[in-house]
Amino acid sequence: MKAPSFAYAKPRSLAEAFDLLERPGAKVLAGGQSLIPSLNLRLSSPELLVDITGLSGLNNIELGNGAVRIGALCTHSEVEKSEPVRKHLPLVAEAVAHIAHPAIRNRGTLGGSLALADPAAELPACALALDAVLIIAGKKGERRVSAGEFFKALFETDLKPAELLVGVEFPQADKSVFLELTRRLGDYAIVGLAGVTRSAQKRICFFGIGGMPVLLRPKSLEEAKSSLPTPSADLYHSASTKLHLAKVLLERAWNKL
Amino acid sequence: MEQAVATTMTVNGAQVTRSIPARQHLVDFLREELGLTGSHLGCEHGVCGACTIRVNGEIVRGCLMLAVQANGCRVDTIEGLSDSKELEKLQKAFHEKNALQCGFCTPGMLMAAQDLLRKKTKPGREEIRAHISGNYCRCTGYQAIVDAIEEVIHG
Repeated sequence: MKAPSFAYAKPRSLAEAFDLLERPGAKVLAGGQSLIPSLNLRLSSPELLVDITGLSGLNNIELGNGAVRIGALCTHSEVEKSEPVRKHLPLVAEAVAHIAHPAIRNRGTLGGSLALADPAAELPACALALDAVLIIAGKKGERRVSAGEFFKALFETDLKPAELLVGVEFPQADKSVFLELTRRLGDYAIVGLAGVTRSAQKRICFFGIGGMPVLLRPKSLEEAKSSLPTPSADLYHSASTKLHLAKVLLERAWNKL
Repeated sequence: MEQAVATTMTVNGAQVTRSIPARQHLVDFLREELGLTGSHLGCEHGVCGACTIRVNGEIVRGCLMLAVQANGCRVDTIEGLSDSKELEKLQKAFHEKNALQCGFCTPGMLMAAQDLLRKKTKPGREEIRAHISGNYCRCTGYQAIVDAIEEVIHG
């Protein structure tokens, strides 16, 4: 199908973007790899799309203070190829390779994926596992929100209207493992796991099992298994299948962390 | 609110300027406004890959990009890459290996395959399959397509 009608604006500065986003029915357009399908399927009908891809300074990748800061407009391909990410954030480098297909990774952005908060997406789970800090800008300035506070519910985040996610700081981990089960390469996860060890503490985040990614901080494998919530079934997999698969991933991940 | 936006892009080497409705995606623009019907529309929500084109040298889903977003960009389609002979070897191999039946997926498949050939020197069958995983073919079962791409890689 074709998208409904909307107006389009491409601001050149953050200030201009905030003004545009205050208009009724305004929506942010970044890479558009989730928004444009939803427009074409008529699941979304904004009055104004504010294309933020012309804003400068939002596509840098910097290393500092034991963390890698990634600009919100970095595409998945840019993150995948980035040397600092591959070296210091192997979890994120592995995760982005699982996102859809090369042609989609060339357009889709890190900020877009996090701001959408799809429960089956890879990056929100990585942000939770790594205890990332999301940097949000608005008219009143910048604020920093931990991933644990950022994701509120299914497709809901702490972003207020007329605010923009501008970057993310991912603290490094000592060890990490990323596992994902899909029916076909590039599909959304049946079940996925992003796990890290930092200061001998394991943080394991599951995705694709419910309305939000689920973070566990288990002391033992048994504790982790028993604290897994019952997943919600999807079109192809029952709750018990998903729970079984989540435990399989947990066993595969445990000795690598 | 309908809005048209003045947009200039370079399509297959030629500069075009048009006033484009904001809601029109890039492949509809190429097909309907410029008559470049080689890029196909299958699903129009980013699943099938039939609309694969190149924007600023990188492959993208043409149905998941608004035409107005291509302002200032270089856009290359199957027509451009065929005329420049960049796809010559792949097209010959697809023909010889019977890597197409109805041909609907072929332009997108060739764009994705050529992208792999530009980026990797000797990709194996698994890498080929991974790189074309976003391009659906409903006829061939992929075996012949992978054979054709492999033929070009190994000569």
